[in-house]
Amino acid sequence: MSLKTEELVLNMGPQHPSTHGVLRLELTLEGEIIKEVKTHIGYLHRCFEKHAEVMTYPQVIPYVDRIDYLSSMGNEFGYVITVEKLLGIEVPERVHFIRVIMAELQRIASHLVALGTYGVDIGAFTPFLFCFRDREKILSLFEMTCGARLLYNYMWVGGLSHDLHPNFVTQTKEFVKYFRPKVVELNDLLTNNQIFIDRTVNVGILPPETAINYGVSGPNLRASGVKWDIRKIEPYAVYDRFDFEIPVGKGKIGTVGDCWDRYDIRILEMEQSLRIIEQALEQLPDGDVSSAIPRRIRPPVGHAYGRVENSRGEVGYFIISNGTANPFRVKVRAPSFINLGILNELCKGHLVADIVAIIGSIDIVLGEVDR
Amino acid sequence: MKNTEELFNLLKEKFGDAIIELKKDQPVDPFIIVDPFQIDKISLFLKNNEDLLFDYLVNLAGVDDANEKNVTDENGNQQKITGTLSVFYHLESTKLRHRLILKVSTPKEKPEVSSVESIWKHADWEEREAYDMFGIIFLNHPDLRRILMPYDWEAGYPLRKDYKNPEFYQGMKVPY
Amino acid sequence: MIYNFLLKITGSSIAASFIQSLLPLFLFILPFALFAVLAERKVSAHMQDRLGPMRVGYHGILQTIADILKLLQKEDIVPHDTDKSFFNLAPIIVFVGSYAVFAAIPFSGAFIGANLNLGLFYIIAVSGFVVVGILMAGWSSNNKYSLLGAMRSAAQIISYEIPTILVVVTIIMITGTLNLYTLSEMQTSSFWNWIIFGGPVWGISKFLFIPLMILDFLIIYISTLAEVNRTPFDIPEAESELVAGYHTEYSGMKFAIFFLSEYANMFAVSAIIAAIFFGGFQSPFGYLGNTLGLPWLIPIEQFFWFTAKGLFFVFVQIWLRWTLPRLRVDQLMAVCWKYLIPFAVVDLFLVGLITVL
Repeated sequence: MSLKTEELVLNMGPQHPSTHGVLRLELTLEGEIIKEVKTHIGYLHRCFEKHAEVMTYPQVIPYVDRIDYLSSMGNEFGYVITVEKLLGIEVPERVHFIRVIMAELQRIASHLVALGTYGVDIGAFTPFLFCFRDREKILSLFEMTCGARLLYNYMWVGGLSHDLHPNFVTQTKEFVKYFRPKVVELNDLLTNNQIFIDRTVNVGILPPETAINYGVSGPNLRASGVKWDIRKIEPYAVYDRFDFEIPVGKGKIGTVGDCWDRYDIRILEMEQSLRIIEQALEQLPDGDVSSAIPRRIRPPVGHAYGRVENSRGEVGYFIISNGTANPFRVKVRAPSFINLGILNELCKGHLVADIVAIIGSIDIVLGEVDR
Repeated sequence: MKNTEELFNLLKEKFGDAIIELKKDQPVDPFIIVDPFQIDKISLFLKNNEDLLFDYLVNLAGVDDANEKNVTDENGNQQKITGTLSVFYHLESTKLRHRLILKVSTPKEKPEVSSVESIWKHADWEEREAYDMFGIIFLNHPDLRRILMPYDWEAGYPLRKDYKNPEFYQGMKVPY
Repeated sequence: MIYNFLLKITGSSIAASFIQSLLPLFLFILPFALFAVLAERKVSAHMQDRLGPMRVGYHGILQTIADILKLLQKEDIVPHDTDKSFFNLAPIIVFVGSYAVFAAIPFSGAFIGANLNLGLFYIIAVSGFVVVGILMAGWSSNNKYSLLGAMRSAAQIISYEIPTILVVVTIIMITGTLNLYTLSEMQTSSFWNWIIFGGPVWGISKFLFIPLMILDFLIIYISTLAEVNRTPFDIPEAESELVAGYHTEYSGMKFAIFFLSEYANMFAVSAIIAAIFFGGFQSPFGYLGNTLGLPWLIPIEQFFWFTAKGLFFVFVQIWLRWTLPRLRVDQLMAVCWKYLIPFAVVDLFLVGLITVL
C-alpha cells in the first residue's frame, strides 16, 4: 500500500498583500514545492491603445503617464521622442538636459518604491518608511516643477510644459548631497543583512540566454550579466555626454542572476543616477523650452519605433501614422508585461515563500502589465 | 552590422518568394514584408545564422490596416476587397547590434500567421495579446487564449477598427 | 504575605488561593497588554522616523482603549463551513495557555501566585497548550492559508521548546531548584550574584560559568522569541505571505483575545528570562527601603525592579521585530535543529562537568 499524494492548487487571488497589484497566480504545489505557476492578468486593462486612436498626439500624453504610474517621466520621454522621430524635429539643448534630469530623478524614486516594498515582502518593515521619506523629497522637486507629484503631463512633443523653477537647481543639488549617505544606510539595513541574504541568494536564478530569449530588459537583464542599457546602446537625448557606468550582476553573493543580484543592481543604479544628475546640473544650458513645440502635429504617413530605458526596462512605442492628427496605432512595448512572462520559469522547484521574493525582485507594476 | 538592404538581399537569396518586398520610402525605418506562413522558418534562420544572430525579439505588434475598399469593376458591380491584419516584428541582435523590422499581412476573413513562439519565448504572451486584440490565429502556438480581456469575452476583438462594444456582458450593462 | 491577608478576609484557604492566583491576571497582565500594544506602535514609529498615534489622549496614550472599544463592538463573523465548537474554543485555549503561566512567576518578594516547587516545569508544560489552540484555530477556519499557517506555527513552537528545556536543565544543574521564587531569592544582594554572572557561588567555577551562561541566555532568548511567534520567526502571521495565518478568519473580540494573549506571552517569557538569569525581582545594588529603614518599601521596590527588567526585554523584542526581516520556514527549522540545539547540548555538558569538578 503506497501513500497517495496529490497536488494542491492554490490560488493567490487578485487581492493579495504582496502581489503588487491585481495579479492572479494559480500555483500547483506538491507539499510546499511549486510545480507550475499560471499567471492570469488583465484585471487592470484600461484599453490605452484603443483610446490613443481617437485622441490627438498631445492628448495622448496624460494617458501615457498612467501606464506605469510609478515612473511616469520615463513613459512620457519614450512617447515624446518617438513622435519627434516621426515628425523629424529637433528640440533645444536645454530641453534635452531637463528631460534627462527628470528621468533620472524618476528612476531613483521608482527604485526606492521597489526596494522598500521588497523589504516589506521579505518581512523588514522599517526600510520601507526610510525609502518613502527620501522619495518625498523627490516628489516635492517634481511638484515644484510641474505641479504634480505622480502623473505629470510634463514632457510635450517638441519641448516641455514648464521651464524649471528658479530654485530647482539648488534644491536638487541639496537633494543629491542628502541622498548619497542614505544609500549607504539602506545597504547596512537590508542589503548586507544575513537574514535578507538567506532569503534572496540563489533564489529565482535567471540565466542570461533565457533572459534574452524571453525579451527581458532593464535591471532584470543586467542582473543576469548582460550589459544591455538603451542609454548606452542607442543614446537618446544627451546621454552620450555623461560619464556613468552600467552596473551588471556579478554574483557577488550567490549565483549571477538571483534575487539578490536584481536587488543590488537597483541600488547601484541609484548611485549612477546621482552621478548623471550632478553632471547634467553642471552642464545645463540656457534656452527656451517651448520654442520647438509645433502648433499642429500631423506626422507624415509612416511608422516609427522609439525607446528609452525606464526604471523597469525598455519602454518602446511603436506609432503608425496615417497622416491625420490622430495616431493610427500606438503600441506600447511595456517592460513589466514582458518581464512577468518569466515567472513560471523562475519559480519551478522553489517554495511558496519564495514566490513572494521572486515577484518582488522582478519589480512589476500592474498598470504596465495590463495597460 | 548589416543594414536592412543587405539583409533583404541575403534573405531573398535564401528564401526566394517568401520574402515579398523591401519598403524603404516611408518614414522612418525601412522594413521587409514577408509571407505569413514562412515567418517561423525565416525567424529560425535569422536567429541561428552566424552572421545575423537575431536573438532578441524587441516588439511584436498587431495592426488593423483598415484598408477595405469597395471597388466598382467594369460591369458596374460592387466588389469588396477585404482588408488585412498585419503583424510587425522588431528584431535585434545583442551581440552584433543590428536591427531588422519584418511585417506580415493576412486577410481579415481568415487571419493566420505561423507562430514564432518556439524561437523566441517572448512571443508567447505577445502573440496571445495580438490574438486577443485582433483575432489573429497563430499556428502552432501552445496555448492561444485571451490574455487581457476576460476569458469568455464573446463580442469580438477590441482593437479592430470595426469593433463595437456589446450591450451586456454577463448581465452587466457595458456602455458605462 | 498577601496570602495571609486574603485568608484573614475570606476565612477560606481555597478562596484565598483562588483570588491570589487571579490577582496577577487582572491587576497586572491586562493593563500590561493594553500598554504593550501602544508601546509597540510608539516605539516602532519613533524608530521609523514618524510619530505613531498622536490624537487619542496626550500623545496617543489612550489609543489602546479606543482600539479595545472598537473591537468589542465589531460583528462576530464566523465563516461558513467551520467546526463551530473548535472555532470558538481556540482563542480561549490560546488565552489559557498564555495566562496560566503567570501563576508561577514571582512578581516580588511578597507575592507569587502559586509557590510551586515545580515552577519551571509547570510553565513549560502549560505553554504547550498554545500549540493545541493554534492548530484548532487553523483547522476550523476552513481556509487553506490558515491551515498552512497553523501547521507551520505548531512545528515552530514544538521545535523551539527543545532548546528552552535544555537551558532550563542547565539552570537546574547549577542551582538545584525548579522553583522560580527560590531561584530569584538566591540571586540576592548585588548584581554580581545574578546567574548570568555565574550565580551566588564563590570560587573559580563562577568565572568559568560566565561565558556559558551568556551563551545560554542568548539561546533561550532566541528560542522564546520563536515560541511567541515574533519576527524574525513570525511566519505564522506573515502578512505578506499568508494574509494573517491562523487568525485570518477571526474578527472582533476573538481576534482581540489572540492579540492580547500574544503580548501576555511576550511578557511571560521576558519575565522568566529575567527571573532565571537576571535576578528576578532583586535589585542590582541594595534596597532603598533598607537604607531608609522602611521595611514595607522593599516589596514595592522589588516589584518595580521585576517590571523594569521584564519591560526591558519586551522592548528588545519590539526592537528586533522592526529591524530584522523574516526567516523562511526551512531556514527557521535549520536554525533550531542545526544551531541552537547543538550549542545548548554542548553547554549542558560543560556546565555539568564544571559542577561535578
